[in-house]
Amino acid sequence: MSATAFVALVRKDLQLFLSDRRAVIVAFAVPIFIGAFIGSLTNDMGNNDQPMRVKIVVADLDSSEISKAVISSAQADANLTVALAGADEARQQVQKGSVVAAVIIPKDFGESAGRAFFRGGAGSDVQKPELSVLFDPSRAMEAAMIRGILTQHVMQSVARSVFTAESASNFAQQGLEEIERSNMDPNQKRLLGDMLSSVQRFYRQNGSGRAGGAPAGGMFSMPYTVRQEEVTSGKRVPYNGYAHSFAGMGIQFLLFASLNLGIEMLLERQRGMWKRLRSAPVSRYLLLASRATSATIVSLMTLLVSFGFAMLVFKVRIQGSLVGFLLVAVACSMMAATFGLLVAAVGNTPGTARGVSTLVVLVMVMVGGAWVPTFVFPKWMQQLTVVVPVRWAVDGLDATTWRGLPLSSAVAPTLALLGFSALFGLITLTRFRWEEA
Amino acid sequence: MLEVRNLRKAFGSLVAVDDVSFVVSPGKMTGLLGPNGAGKTTTVSMIAGLIAPERGQVLVGGQPLSGDTDANKRKIGLVPQDLALYDELTARDNLRFFGALYDISGAALETAMTSALTLVGLADRARDRVKTFSGGMKRRLNLAAGLLHDPDILLLDEPTVGVDPQSRNAIFDNLEELKKRGKALLYTTHYMEEAERLADRIVVIDRGKVVADDTLAGLHAAVSPDRPGASVSLETVFLTLTGRSLRD
Repeated sequence: MSATAFVALVRKDLQLFLSDRRAVIVAFAVPIFIGAFIGSLTNDMGNNDQPMRVKIVVADLDSSEISKAVISSAQADANLTVALAGADEARQQVQKGSVVAAVIIPKDFGESAGRAFFRGGAGSDVQKPELSVLFDPSRAMEAAMIRGILTQHVMQSVARSVFTAESASNFAQQGLEEIERSNMDPNQKRLLGDMLSSVQRFYRQNGSGRAGGAPAGGMFSMPYTVRQEEVTSGKRVPYNGYAHSFAGMGIQFLLFASLNLGIEMLLERQRGMWKRLRSAPVSRYLLLASRATSATIVSLMTLLVSFGFAMLVFKVRIQGSLVGFLLVAVACSMMAATFGLLVAAVGNTPGTARGVSTLVVLVMVMVGGAWVPTFVFPKWMQQLTVVVPVRWAVDGLDATTWRGLPLSSAVAPTLALLGFSALFGLITLTRFRWEEA
Repeated sequence: MLEVRNLRKAFGSLVAVDDVSFVVSPGKMTGLLGPNGAGKTTTVSMIAGLIAPERGQVLVGGQPLSGDTDANKRKIGLVPQDLALYDELTARDNLRFFGALYDISGAALETAMTSALTLVGLADRARDRVKTFSGGMKRRLNLAAGLLHDPDILLLDEPTVGVDPQSRNAIFDNLEELKKRGKALLYTTHYMEEAERLADRIVVIDRGKVVADDTLAGLHAAVSPDRPGASVSLETVFLTLTGRSLRD
């Protein structure tokens, strides 16, 4: 191998890349711009100091103590912004997209809910009240969250209400009467009667001096509290959404940069440049290796410039292994470089190759998790994405940046990316058109 | 210097070159003429090592060419029909790159670049980007790139396509100079007057086969045996040998 020729080939590619201002802007500035934009969105979503409040509207057609308690409890929830409106207006607001969901509390909700609380089990003839949740179908994930939060507030409010001293005493009295009428074994009747009588006495004695029988209501609440913690690289290290978005956009645009290099090779063939290159005493492997090297350098520069910007401006940090990060970055760049060679090898003309390979890149970055995390995909697609190199690149960069994982976390992504690189290189060697007629 | 022996190449069922043989001697120019699709470019491509022949040999200084990295390829310079130059680079950067492909570097490369640029009259534009050059200047730089490693054999594939008469004459002068330096030149063209002016020997190829290989005088004599010494143009000779039917 001639080192002089190899260095000249690589240098020429870099000179050409840097001389094309548009290519440089696309390679460096565009991923930074898009990464910053997407990062600003995802970063806000992950900031737990100021949780994103979901806006809902409640139409209270009941106006009972229970319905008012539900609304009051929901308004105190840090995850919700609750407004009140009539039923028609609530529906209109959802339709317009002004709020994520509207909750319609029907007439007699409080009374029915209280009855159903004790006697609404399977086989019961007690009618459960229907709480309507009208939601924006484009925001189904938030609607699911609202349902969960609402369940908590309804349960708390209904429980508080039905276990006031007066209610509980009445329920105990109803129970005693039903036991007396039943054909139960006398011993069991006596034991159950003693228990309910004790409950009745407890509420009468404790509730007599307090307004509204508060003590019993106060006894019932959610049996747990939730402590949320972001699992990042360490305690009190907040999630930085820019780390993921810059990884994703960096990979996307280094693939585009390599794609352009492949297209450039096809244009060189059209211009007769490969005749001149092939007429020189240099091996075909040197020609491809030099192109792979220059493409790797350009790709690596793209990725490092993107991450460098994110580090300076958005405080992205390599919280995990620096060596691991560099290994993944180099392997990712090699994968992208050989992808560019593959485009040159299988592409017939620059025009068709550009169209097809652009589509391939977009599909790869889409299903590889560069745009949105792969966990939002269906299960089958999540499993399928392991055959997409972008998935490994994103996982590897995420692992070594915001997840703060050690070098071992970079091994599998690095090996996978090198494997893809070898595969692309092998296909290039077998499919490249060497003869220049 | 350059000997082509029984070359054959087919693309599928199309036999592009069939049993082609000729010789190009030092200090001489051989004109390789033929209608469109006759097999000229395929022949030049096989000589330059761009296409592997199915049969036959290309001998350079008596040695057969073998493989991409054969050292004998240094003795061959190719001036392709296309302007194989990087527009975004300067003339010097283009030549520096092409010189490095032949392992030339340092002072030797500087000398070679200066010499080649001076020969083609572009020394004063060496630091300008090629995209600022006229068509004729690009053609001359294309020639300089083929000469940079001082090859013994120069393959010129229609090197004057699309240039004005001034640039064409400048290129002719360059080629005359190269002949004087002892280079062996193989020149393909569709312009008969160029071959008449420059070529010492003419090889006419048609449908992949050599149909004539002689000096200009010899071709005249072969075409008009009854009128020795009569003034017959090369175009007439060419049409007599290859016929008047369209080949596109």
